[in-house]
Amino acid sequence: MQNSSEPKKYKNSFLNWIEYRLPIVSYIEKEYGDYPMPKNCNYFWSFGALASIILVILIVSGIFLAMNYTPHTDMAFNSVERIMRDVSYGWLLRYLHSNGAAFFFIVVYIHMLRSMYYGSYKYPRELNWILGVFIFLLMMATSFLGYVLPWGQMSYWGATVITNLFSAIPLIGEGLKTWILGDYTVGNATLNRFFALHYVLPFVILGVVGLHVAAVHVHGSNNPAGIDIKSKDDTVKFFPYMLVKDTFMVCVFGVVISAIIFFGPNLMAEVDNYIPADPLVTPSHIVANWYLAPFYAILRAIPDKLGGVILMFGAIAILFILPWLDSSKTRSCNYRPIYKWFMMLFFVNFFVLGYVGMMPAEGIYLLIARIGLVYYFAFFLIITPLIGKYEKPGHLPASIRDVYIDGKNY
Amino acid sequence: MEKIIKMKILRALILTLSFIIPISSFAAGNSDQKIPKHEWSFTGLTGTFDKSAIQRGYKVYREVCSGCHSMNLLYYRDLIDIGFSEDQIKAIASDYTVIDGPNDEGEMFERSAKPADRFVSPYANDQEARISNNGSYPPDLSVIVKARKNGADYLYNLLLGYDEPPQGFELSEGMYYNKWYEGHQIAMAQPLDDEYVDYDDGTENTLPQLAEDVVTFLAWSAEPELEVRKNMGIKVILFFLITGLLFYLMKVRLWKDVS
Ligand code: HEC
Ligand code: HEM
Repeated sequence: MQNSSEPKKYKNSFLNWIEYRLPIVSYIEKEYGDYPMPKNCNYFWSFGALASIILVILIVSGIFLAMNYTPHTDMAFNSVERIMRDVSYGWLLRYLHSNGAAFFFIVVYIHMLRSMYYGSYKYPRELNWILGVFIFLLMMATSFLGYVLPWGQMSYWGATVITNLFSAIPLIGEGLKTWILGDYTVGNATLNRFFALHYVLPFVILGVVGLHVAAVHVHGSNNPAGIDIKSKDDTVKFFPYMLVKDTFMVCVFGVVISAIIFFGPNLMAEVDNYIPADPLVTPSHIVANWYLAPFYAILRAIPDKLGGVILMFGAIAILFILPWLDSSKTRSCNYRPIYKWFMMLFFVNFFVLGYVGMMPAEGIYLLIARIGLVYYFAFFLIITPLIGKYEKPGHLPASIRDVYIDGKNY
Repeated sequence: MEKIIKMKILRALILTLSFIIPISSFAAGNSDQKIPKHEWSFTGLTGTFDKSAIQRGYKVYREVCSGCHSMNLLYYRDLIDIGFSEDQIKAIASDYTVIDGPNDEGEMFERSAKPADRFVSPYANDQEARISNNGSYPPDLSVIVKARKNGADYLYNLLLGYDEPPQGFELSEGMYYNKWYEGHQIAMAQPLDDEYVDYDDGTENTLPQLAEDVVTFLAWSAEPELEVRKNMGIKVILFFLITGLLFYLMKVRLWKDVS
């Protein structure tokens, strides 16, 4: 079938035929075969691959769930239970999807903290980081929408609390809220549109992930030492070295997520969501999804609704400008003796915010949330710009290969 | 080298776990008293349901609880899972009446229930349920075990938790004191006591036994997939462990020559 004048790059004539018409074969070979990865990358560099796999699992399980789900206030709860009871392996689909979403956040948080600790967001990977923050925003929106669909008590009241935030915006607030809900309160119109959006957003995420990965591949991956690739001696080929390493990590992850899916599928769920939504009964305390809890804590730490909303969105928006807030040229915290500890404290603080975000906003919890909130913003706006100016960075190794041979890959 | 790698795997695992552990302790909640744990056949890695206990529990539900509580996610045909035969199920279903129709003349009519029907509710609608219970709504019990913190343990203790109110406790009209209910006032009168239900299989019908059986039945109804799920889980985890080990060895082999 191939014209004799066409180039014969590969042994297989079918591949040659494709390659001549659409050079996708050489693209895959370049990006996923020969792609040079720094030798010293540790297992934290597998979390991007893990996140991609979870995204695919979420999309596939989601499509099958959607085939059996009914987005109507009278039927949604029962249709989900029907999936669990009467659809073949429906319980597996649902538990994969709900726990998969939770693990998506765990994995992406680790991925982000990795990027922060090793300074992956700095020149020349700023756009890469920005696309990542977009993904994170889209993930938050998608998981919020998805949480509404089973139409349990937490679905309903969570949606009510979150959409109410919009009414805090001056002048247009009330109108905006009604426009989003399609009604004056959360109701059938809301459920319908949330389902439509929850179906489509993951595909938007998929698209942004494509750009995000393409962007990493332009300048290559960062590494624990945070120094540039200087020669071939610094790298290994993606295939087979990283593929085997990543696959091992996928198996480790598989054990962890299976333990939850098969032996404690509701550990990360709220019991109240197994009670059908009831607009007349408010649950004793409305909790956010735990993976959004740090931001929920920030929201509630401020007595003023509008102020809380601004700070909550600000907490995410500030991530966009992190590459420009950081005044240090040294990427990896391994070579930043002072900043390193503030970074660690930031991680701890983020955890603590998450914890208090799950607790009632009163007394000691409220106080802790406020302290955490101050540190969160101080870290970005004061500590990060200042320390870079005054800190004396450690002595950077000569090459990635040297680091690798020393065995200091973390 | 290898040691460092192992350390790092460990660290990654600890990191992941440190995300999960606080979550599961949130899920356990913070009530003022800790709910005592009960021994169940269905908890743990390899736990399974005791079918005769579920059958007895179903009898308790049918003779007592079903007077007030619906279980409308269940079909009579589901009883096949807990060891009833098709004929037994037909007989059980035919004790109930459902409204069907309209027929060819456009009329609604009554007929006896079939295995393909849902469990018949005690009340025609929520309003009737409330008016018959002093304004309180007896919740549907299909997934009640998943809908309460500490699931089966809580329900078991709730059923045993009726008592005289302590000195100075103000009990409202038509309410009952229960140690384990939130706020300690529940609108459900003590539903079970010794010898309330007669068992056909000679099991003693003490209150703790009746409570244990009915809760086992409710645990099954909330998670009928439990045994299949755990079974599959062991296989999936084994698969990942073995494949993981293979890839780990492969990785060590492959990276040995990298310098
Ligand atoms: C006479 C009617 C009646 C009977 C019989 C009855 N219940 Fe109830 N039940 C109620 C009412 C009413 C409530 C609501 C209580 C409230 O809101 O305070 C309730 C609530 C409950 C709850 C929810 C408690 C909670 O944490 O919210 C459970 C569980 C329960 N019943 C189980 C049972 C079981 C098991 C049986 C059979 C052994 C049973 N009930 C028999 C009327 C009844
Ligand atoms: C859907 C979620 C995401 C997927 C599927 C994903 C996927 C990936 C992949 C495959 C890589 C290359 C491998 C690696 O370095 O781990 C990568 C790198 C990167 N990601 Fe993500 N990512 C996601 C979300 C995010 C988010 C939310 C951020 C930050 C806000 C982020 C920031 C980065 C950065 C900075 C890099 C470059 C890291 C480096 O080269 O050291 N990513 N991502």
